[in-house]
Amino acid sequence: MLYKQKLARGFLHLADGQEAVPVGLEAASSYKDSLIQTYRDHCTAVGRGVTVKEVFAELLGRVDGAVRGLGGSMHLYKAENNFYGGMGIVGTHVPLGAGLAFAHKYRKDGCVSFTLYGDGAANQGQISEAINMSALWNLPVVFVVENNHFGMGTSQDRASKSARFYTRGDYIPGLWVDGMDVLAVKNGIAFARQHALEHGPIIVEMDTYRYHGHSISDPGSSYRTRDEIQGVRRARDPIEHVRTLLTEFKMASSSELKQLERKLKKGVQDDIEAAKQSAEPPIEDLWNNIYRDGLGAQFRNIDSTRNKIQLPQGSAGR
Amino acid sequence: MQGRSCGLCGQTRFAEARLVAAPKTRRHVSGRNSRCITRAAASGPKLMWEALREAVDEEMEKDPTVCVMGEDVGHYGGSYKVTYDLYKKYGDLRLLDTPICENGFMGMGIGAAMTGLRPIVEGMNMGFLLLAYNQISNNAGMLHYTSGGQFKVPIVVRGPGGVGRQLGAEHSQRLESYFQSIPGVQLVACSTVANAKALLKSAIRSDNPIIFFEHVLLYNVKGETNDNYYQDLERAEVVRQGKDVTILCYSRMRYVVLQAVQELEKQGIDPEVIDLISLKPFDMHTISASVKKTRRVIIVEECMKTGGIGASLSAQINEALFDDLDHQVVRLSSQDVPTAYAYELEAATIVQPEQVVEAAQKIVQKQMAYA
Repeated sequence: MLYKQKLARGFLHLADGQEAVPVGLEAASSYKDSLIQTYRDHCTAVGRGVTVKEVFAELLGRVDGAVRGLGGSMHLYKAENNFYGGMGIVGTHVPLGAGLAFAHKYRKDGCVSFTLYGDGAANQGQISEAINMSALWNLPVVFVVENNHFGMGTSQDRASKSARFYTRGDYIPGLWVDGMDVLAVKNGIAFARQHALEHGPIIVEMDTYRYHGHSISDPGSSYRTRDEIQGVRRARDPIEHVRTLLTEFKMASSSELKQLERKLKKGVQDDIEAAKQSAEPPIEDLWNNIYRDGLGAQFRNIDSTRNKIQLPQGSAGR
Repeated sequence: MQGRSCGLCGQTRFAEARLVAAPKTRRHVSGRNSRCITRAAASGPKLMWEALREAVDEEMEKDPTVCVMGEDVGHYGGSYKVTYDLYKKYGDLRLLDTPICENGFMGMGIGAAMTGLRPIVEGMNMGFLLLAYNQISNNAGMLHYTSGGQFKVPIVVRGPGGVGRQLGAEHSQRLESYFQSIPGVQLVACSTVANAKALLKSAIRSDNPIIFFEHVLLYNVKGETNDNYYQDLERAEVVRQGKDVTILCYSRMRYVVLQAVQELEKQGIDPEVIDLISLKPFDMHTISASVKKTRRVIIVEECMKTGGIGASLSAQINEALFDDLDHQVVRLSSQDVPTAYAYELEAATIVQPEQVVEAAQKIVQKQMAYA
């Protein structure tokens, strides 16, 4: 809706349907473990401690956003919770994930790096490079393939010779998990995390699904049928699954859950309003954070005749 | 052509015919039972690869977060000996021998840097780093910005580039012209033994991603280093003061220019020679001060004419210092061709001292100089 109002623009990759993966993952790990993934990062960011308001403010390009409006939807980060994003180019972050694991091993801190990528990314050569290096040096990395079966408009069988992504590590072990069941995700991640610490890298394939298209410009129905989407939603929706478990095992009544939902929806609405109130970043922010210590990177005037060099006093005519 | 001691800079002048790239002297060095290593640690004149090695060794000793990764940097000793035997002192994890996957291990180095480690990633030849371009541009260059300052990437990407001795087109590339547009990286080119060590030490200490350009033909240049000296990464070096024309150069072209200067002095021309050192950002203060004095500029670079460092520098000088110029900025660059293998053709591809002499003569006599 924010997108339709042209308040959020650019690329927007929604992860509804895939919620069980970050929730289950966080339940089986801590913020001391590193996590890195690609651009479908709104849910994961919230799982890593970025507030909903910060996510919305970032989408609106405001200064209260997770990255002060500089990154946008695809670049949400939270350094103090070891959330490394949020990356734009498919697959490029997987060697980075191996680097995070290298740092864990270097510092001997007993933590792992969760490196998430999708079925579309799984065919990137740099992932094989990262797997080779991680296995060679026993880096504590868990490669999590969030397989939602479509790389934008291309189904997994039209893109991958082998769509059994958990076997694609060849010489490292792999685990297939029902990614729509949050408890299965939690147990799978707990096992994989332990394995990574004791024996080295492992691939965990999460069988999941996204209801929306690849991004906001993709209706998501040209390469799959609406019946398929509705079918998955009816049978395997992760949130409905939790609701069913809670009510069946009498841990909560359905009216309690409805109240909780209403409260959360109101909270999100409030966060959106607060995000809309947030200011736009000042123009000086264009030049902050290019270099670590400033280096005087300045706004170079588009009109080049106004580009005169001011020498420091006394330096002319040596 | 004999090698002579340069009267100006005191260093062994670059001997065209006899200088060989470091690997050919490997057998000679290792046959000496590490006497070379002991000699490198002492003071006195040393080779550039020894000076670079000292820089790496000193910084790794001081700071346990500094580590090296690259192909053959460990047990093999480094293809240009810059990390020779360091693995014996620091172990295999800190001197990491990577497989041949530039995209992969550059990304790994950047990921490690994001957590606060300070990796030095070596490209065996800068040309190979084209495979890692995405990592260097998007992840090293831009992450500090797109994360709103949350992550820094204190990485040093170093390796030899430039035209060597008939190494062929793909091993003779000048990556500085490709990397110069990336926002967020700094480009530094060393040229002497002294500045090689001092700049590499500063690059390792810097919190910005630094791309550190060495040259294939300079590893055996001899000179002195200053102890415990860190050189400013953004400042150009005034190699020779003069008043007739400003000659801007960097890396190996410094020696080409100094050779030309010997001839120019005989003709009564007094050039000011500035070694750029910082290819991104340019030290416009030093450059401007010189241009305001001489009012004539020649840029001597090894990059190709199209899109080289000289192209950006020329544009900046023209825009910022137009009223201080008596002559258009003259740019001497390599030909826009893949570097040929044959000796004469390779020599014709790059700038030679005779061309610098001719350009300086013409610009001082206020004629058009073709470049």
